[in-house]
Amino acid sequence: MRNKIPRVPVREQDPAVRAKNFEEVCYGYNAEEAQMEASRCLGCKKPSCIAQCPVSIQIPQFIYAVEQGNFTEAAAIIAKDSSLPAVCGRVCPQESQCEGSCILGVKGEPVAIGKLERFVADWARENGVRFSDKKEANGHKVAIIGSGPAGLACAADLAKNGYDVTIFEALHEPGGVLQYGIPEFRLPKELVVRTEVENVRSLGVKIETNVVVGRTVTVDSLIEDEGFSAVFIGSGAGLPKFMGIPGENLNGVVSANEFLTRNNLMRAYDPDYDTPIYVGKRVAVVGGGNVAMDAARTALRLGAEVTIVYRRTEKELPARVEEVHHAKQEGIDFKMLTNPVEVLGNEKGWVTGLKCIKMELGEPDESGRRSPVPVPDSEFDIETDVVVMSLGTSPNPLIASTTPGLETNRWKCVVADDNGVTSKAGVFAGGDVVTGAATVILAMGAGRKAAEAIDSYIKSK
Amino acid sequence: MYKIIKKADLTPITTLMEVDAPRMAHSAQPGQFLIVRAHDKGERIPLTICDFDREKGSVTIVTQVVGASSRQICHLNEGDSFTDFAGPLGQPSEFIHKNSKELSEMKFLFIAGGLGTAPVYPQVKFLHSMGAKVDVIIGAKNKDLLIFENEMRSICDNLYICTDDGSYGKKGLVTEMLKELMDSGKTYDQAVAIGPMIMMKFVTLTAKPYNLPLIVSLNTLMVDGTGMCGACRVSVGGKTKFACVDGPEFDAYQVDFDEAMRRQMMYKNIEVEADHKCKIGLH
Ligand SMILES: Cc1cc2nc3c(=O)[nH]c(=O)nc-3n(C[C@H](O)[C@H](O)[C@H](O)COP(=O)(O)OP(=O)(O)OC[C@H]3O[C@@H](n4cnc5c(N)ncnc54)[C@H](O)[C@@H]3O)c2cc1C
Ligand SMILES: Cc1cc2nc3c(=O)[nH]c(=O)nc-3n(C[C@H](O)[C@H](O)[C@H](O)COP(=O)(O)OP(=O)(O)OC[C@H]3O[C@@H](n4cnc5c(N)ncnc54)[C@H](O)[C@@H]3O)c2cc1C
Ligand code: SF4
Ligand code: SF4
Ligand code: FES
Repeated sequence: MRNKIPRVPVREQDPAVRAKNFEEVCYGYNAEEAQMEASRCLGCKKPSCIAQCPVSIQIPQFIYAVEQGNFTEAAAIIAKDSSLPAVCGRVCPQESQCEGSCILGVKGEPVAIGKLERFVADWARENGVRFSDKKEANGHKVAIIGSGPAGLACAADLAKNGYDVTIFEALHEPGGVLQYGIPEFRLPKELVVRTEVENVRSLGVKIETNVVVGRTVTVDSLIEDEGFSAVFIGSGAGLPKFMGIPGENLNGVVSANEFLTRNNLMRAYDPDYDTPIYVGKRVAVVGGGNVAMDAARTALRLGAEVTIVYRRTEKELPARVEEVHHAKQEGIDFKMLTNPVEVLGNEKGWVTGLKCIKMELGEPDESGRRSPVPVPDSEFDIETDVVVMSLGTSPNPLIASTTPGLETNRWKCVVADDNGVTSKAGVFAGGDVVTGAATVILAMGAGRKAAEAIDSYIKSK
Repeated sequence: MYKIIKKADLTPITTLMEVDAPRMAHSAQPGQFLIVRAHDKGERIPLTICDFDREKGSVTIVTQVVGASSRQICHLNEGDSFTDFAGPLGQPSEFIHKNSKELSEMKFLFIAGGLGTAPVYPQVKFLHSMGAKVDVIIGAKNKDLLIFENEMRSICDNLYICTDDGSYGKKGLVTEMLKELMDSGKTYDQAVAIGPMIMMKFVTLTAKPYNLPLIVSLNTLMVDGTGMCGACRVSVGGKTKFACVDGPEFDAYQVDFDEAMRRQMMYKNIEVEADHKCKIGLH
């Protein structure tokens, strides 16, 4: 009989305190808590949880090892399928993936798979446990474009398989969104992101930063001049969208990408760093996804009063439940069913407010989704100094436009099949650049699939 | 790391550096820029690629001190290294797509204001090597701030120099020199103005009545320089463009200079602006 205890709660920083610092919100389990939580898992014969994990981590096996106190073994089991467990344990939308289909969730609360994964990864780091088993070098070179989760996962698998792998990254720090997008208080950069990038390096993967593919080199020059047998494109979906409303170029209107990049990649919150960030007294964030929550909670920590403006209702918020919950706890104001129509400014061209219109949910369309429609004559103004536009992103066309023969669709996404195979021989792609903005673990899954496809492509040549 | 293999002070506030960056040297074209970080806590600072040597694998930059980060850059010495040096970025000048036969039949005018002389240099050099006719106007505050005079003289057909205070060349602004040339009946197939935003605005206003085709290179604020953030937004022909990927060069007559100048000051004016808001609150 398994342990019928309730899900072990995880310790978190007090909302009132954490609203003023950039330290991690969630402390994670200690060994005792982890073993206790692990004892809840039924060790299902046909585990439904694994099927919903995009990289198929052997969940019951690693959880059993945790329960037994064999943390090294647990880490080894996870390492077979994931090169970024400390990241995924923190930022995966577990409620709609592994935990969402845990059998215990039917009647009660699912096993805290994510928190257990995080515990194991953190324990491995703290105890210097690393897995760098790899096959003998096979002499083939593979180039990876982008050092986000897709690129890192693809690189790690190929390196384990004996390939000579080089990652080319446009920015000065590897990690992709993990570095420039997701804030420190959800994903510590030095401790977690750097360590996991180092783990990938320790497999022999080379990372060349400051190389903008499409400008510094091209996909074709990598293949033709530099002797790479295959190229994997994992360049993400980094191009910000704006609304196209009047006043959008006033001083004080920024994309979430700019706001978060200044704060995260460039560490604007840390006085030791040179990059400035302008927050003013009040910040309005437009949008309702994870990115909007991150921008809002960052602005709050930088000292602003923050309002989130979203055109549907709370039920439709695309952000993770945990993030919305945290944002509310910290005191962020949510204005639902509200859509900006104009950014207001003073005579010097600085933002003073946001003119909005009230929305209501209309009749369901063909897809069954009720889309928001404006309520006539319901305009009102919100006073604000800064407007952060968080309306989603699309892939940067730089690589596609400099790679003849690489097909893209009308959303500018690179067209690739489930194995990452593109329209161009020897060129593979995966992650956000193929799907549009999605999740860390889906990007990793795509990177791993592509690594397999690259392996068979090179072997069949 | 990207080693500084040569350093020369051109004026008390302007420094030339030749930097070891083989990949960039290999693919750089006139009109493009790069992004540097002087140290691991530094800002990402955009600078024009002023010259490149594909054989040697080096890229030359010229930096003028305007604030903290440009000062840090200028304080680095021969043998030191930049932490980061990314590029080339942006679109190359449009004329590089023309062949030498087309170019050899064309007449160009470059109008360089202050530091703008540095980015003008590789363009003139390229056009000269392709057989085009090139005239250059250089404007500087005074004689001491004039750069690249000799280099430029050896590659252009006519060099016109003016200084604000008359300490060298003709006394006056580049706009006056431009007007003089146009009024004297000179014609050009293409003009290019590079310098401070305000100078480019007035060159544009001056050139307009002459229907002189004019390109400007916009030095907006930038963060990543790859199209990821939108800090470099400018209105061109009523549409929002990202200077780092759509530019930095644009058709001068389409640019909203007033907006561009205001946006460039975004981080300069924070304190002044905070002050301004209080005053508004009072009345
Ligand atoms: C603020 C924010 C919060 C998020 N929160 C979550 C979350 O909680 N949970 C979750 O699962 N997902 C979250 N996501 C989504 C998730 O981060 C992405 O889906 C994931 O990172 C995509 O991985 P990727 O490897 O495809 O691309 P990216 O992570 O975007 O990495 C792409 C890399 O390629 C580089 N690159 C781009 N162009 C070039 C080029 N031309 N040459 C060289 N390099 C290039 C980029 O600089 C970047 O480093 C969030 C995203 C954002 C922006
Ligand atoms: C495409 C491009 C090419 C450039 N080429 C060169 C070059 O070859 N050599 C060179 O010295 N500079 C060049 N610049 C300008 C250079 O990037 C800025 O001077 C630098 O960012 C200022 O940083 P700072 O920290 O020293 O000054 P800050 O302390 O940031 O600012 C000091 C003052 O400079 C203003 N400023 C900030 N950024 C810019 C900017 N981008 N353009 C003009 N003024 C600015 C600020 O508003 C402020 O008034 C270029 C800019 C761009 C976008
Ligand atoms: S990687 Fe994500 S989906 Fe898979 S088990 Fe871990 S938390 Fe769940
Ligand atoms: S479904 Fe839940 S209980 Fe079953 S093995 Fe997976 S985690 Fe354990
Ligand atoms: S500088 Fe970020 S998009 Fe141009």
